[in-house]
Amino acid sequence: MSLLEVRHLSTSFFTPAGEVRAVNDLSFSLEEGETIGIVGESGSGKSVTAYSIMQILTHPGRIIGGSIKYDGEELVGCTDKTISSIRGNKISMIFQDPMTSLNPVYTVGNQLEEAIMLHTKRDKAQSRKRAVEMIRLVGINDPDKRVRQYPHELSGGMRQRVMIAMALACEPNILIADEPTTALDVTIQAQILELMKALQQQLGLAIILITHDLGVVAGMCESVLVMYAGKIIERGSAEDIFYNPKHEYTKGLLRSLPSIGSDKENERLIPIAGTPVDMLMLPAGCAFLPRCDRAMKICIYETPEELGINEGHYASCWQNVKALLQADELPEHQIEESRE
Amino acid sequence: MTNGQAAGLLQTEDLKQHFLIPTGFLKSKTIRAVDGVSFSIRSGETLGLVGESGCGKTTVGRTLLYLYKPTGGRIHFDGKEIRSEESIREMRKKASIVFQDPYSSLNPRMTVEDIIAEPLDIHQIVKTKQERSHRVRELLDAVELPHEHAGRYIHEFSGGQRQRIGIARALAMGPKFIVCDEPVSALDVSIQAQIINMFEDLQAELGLAYLFIAHNLNVVRHISKRIMVMYLGKVVESAPAAALCDSPMHPYTKSLLSAVPIPDPHKERSRTRIVLEGDVPSPMDLPGGCNFRTRCPEATSRCAEAAPPLTGCGTDRQAACWYI
Repeated sequence: MSLLEVRHLSTSFFTPAGEVRAVNDLSFSLEEGETIGIVGESGSGKSVTAYSIMQILTHPGRIIGGSIKYDGEELVGCTDKTISSIRGNKISMIFQDPMTSLNPVYTVGNQLEEAIMLHTKRDKAQSRKRAVEMIRLVGINDPDKRVRQYPHELSGGMRQRVMIAMALACEPNILIADEPTTALDVTIQAQILELMKALQQQLGLAIILITHDLGVVAGMCESVLVMYAGKIIERGSAEDIFYNPKHEYTKGLLRSLPSIGSDKENERLIPIAGTPVDMLMLPAGCAFLPRCDRAMKICIYETPEELGINEGHYASCWQNVKALLQADELPEHQIEESRE
Repeated sequence: MTNGQAAGLLQTEDLKQHFLIPTGFLKSKTIRAVDGVSFSIRSGETLGLVGESGCGKTTVGRTLLYLYKPTGGRIHFDGKEIRSEESIREMRKKASIVFQDPYSSLNPRMTVEDIIAEPLDIHQIVKTKQERSHRVRELLDAVELPHEHAGRYIHEFSGGQRQRIGIARALAMGPKFIVCDEPVSALDVSIQAQIINMFEDLQAELGLAYLFIAHNLNVVRHISKRIMVMYLGKVVESAPAAALCDSPMHPYTKSLLSAVPIPDPHKERSRTRIVLEGDVPSPMDLPGGCNFRTRCPEATSRCAEAAPPLTGCGTDRQAACWYI
């Protein structure tokens, strides 16, 4: 049994303009000590997936189907008491912007103590001790002084360290990091990522890392989920995704990145055409169709099913089905029409 | 960068921008946002400017266009020194800027046509309504937006489209030089490449020079001919793009490059990373001597005594470090 199992999760936002299916039939599982990366552009449903797991969706968002099991225990539709015992205790989360996630009118120590006292049986003095311990653990020097400081007195990198300290104070098994380094400079980003790796080794954490930066994913994650318009369109090991992408979106994303030290430094970039999908007006077939340059007729009518490429590597693209049919020299029926 | 002074479209000499920040009653502190920066840009060339937040890269861009009046140094643009009101007005016809955030840099109450035509109105370039709308449509073509968009408001557009509108506005006067201040940082990865290609196409077509400011080294490396690295108001290294990325000389450039994540799992996991200790010092409270010495893995007592000057080292490149 996996540590976390998400099956057919769907989350919708019921807006005045209509229902927005932000997460659509999403399944994945997370093993102990594993790091899984979720990539995709803004609006692809990465953060909503995290919020659904933590059950911190706000109105008008609601989980409308599927199941999320932590260690065998169902979280969808569970009581408040159950989720309170898991949120922060077993699964914690850090957010993109460490300034808005910390309360400006309480000291750092105060906020850490609050979290610790809420989730464990420690008293005030023990909590303070634990807070200092945690601040030291995340590599902030002079922890006794730092716990008495307010968030505005700390730099962006240090605030993110405090967030990590708070998330890990109750020894969770899973850390969900939602764009943890997006707001930080590259040299500080390197520090925070190194810290997360070190703490993972030390504490045996499983990490779900949500990011749009494929470089960060390449360095941190064993497996990767690529999301587009609320769906996982490709998943596999980091090697599968980076060296053998099988969905046109993933391929396009990798092609469009300029990168230092690659052979094509000065070549013209190959962008993905068009604009990000409008979630209120999803096409009937494949959501990536309007931007895909290898689209076929079937892509207009039918959503591609997930197809196994090899063990652990799956992609949802009709091109793979076509390739498979051609390889096996099976009679092509629906799929023979090539692109228009 | 003393070479090519004559051919340069834009030169700065010892450009300074110090801000006075009040710290109490009748007390204030000086922030040396830009502290003695000299460079030149030739027409049709892209100079990349990188550095972490707070290093002064945006201030350089804005000071060049006299959006802030420089507190020291000189700017020459197109053969003339920029100082008098007259020269500033003339310069702004030929130099413009594209901002980072396409959400806050475009007025939500104006139509796309009015936004793009605003520079034309200010400089009284177009005489008739027809001429104005004709020019706006030309500009929409240049940034590959359909003409129907002219009458719409900004909230109807995505980030990438808004940045195209921002570029159209910058092109309105037919400039020779554009300051691109983090123009793709706020955009989705899949859209970034579109906008970068557009900058390159426009440069080839119109012979534009760019000062391309960004914190993403991958992007700057791709688009620039030369790259300048800033740290706390000073240029620490300046070199042709390939040389800078392949063989960085300044310890800060080295660590910056080693911190950039590479989208390739094997390369990314096999390389050794220089992780800098600590944070960037507050610009109100500089360490004295070399600004980088508090985080530099190679710092010695000499670095505390005096700041190293930017000196030539090898062909067409400079670095500011005592140990190069």
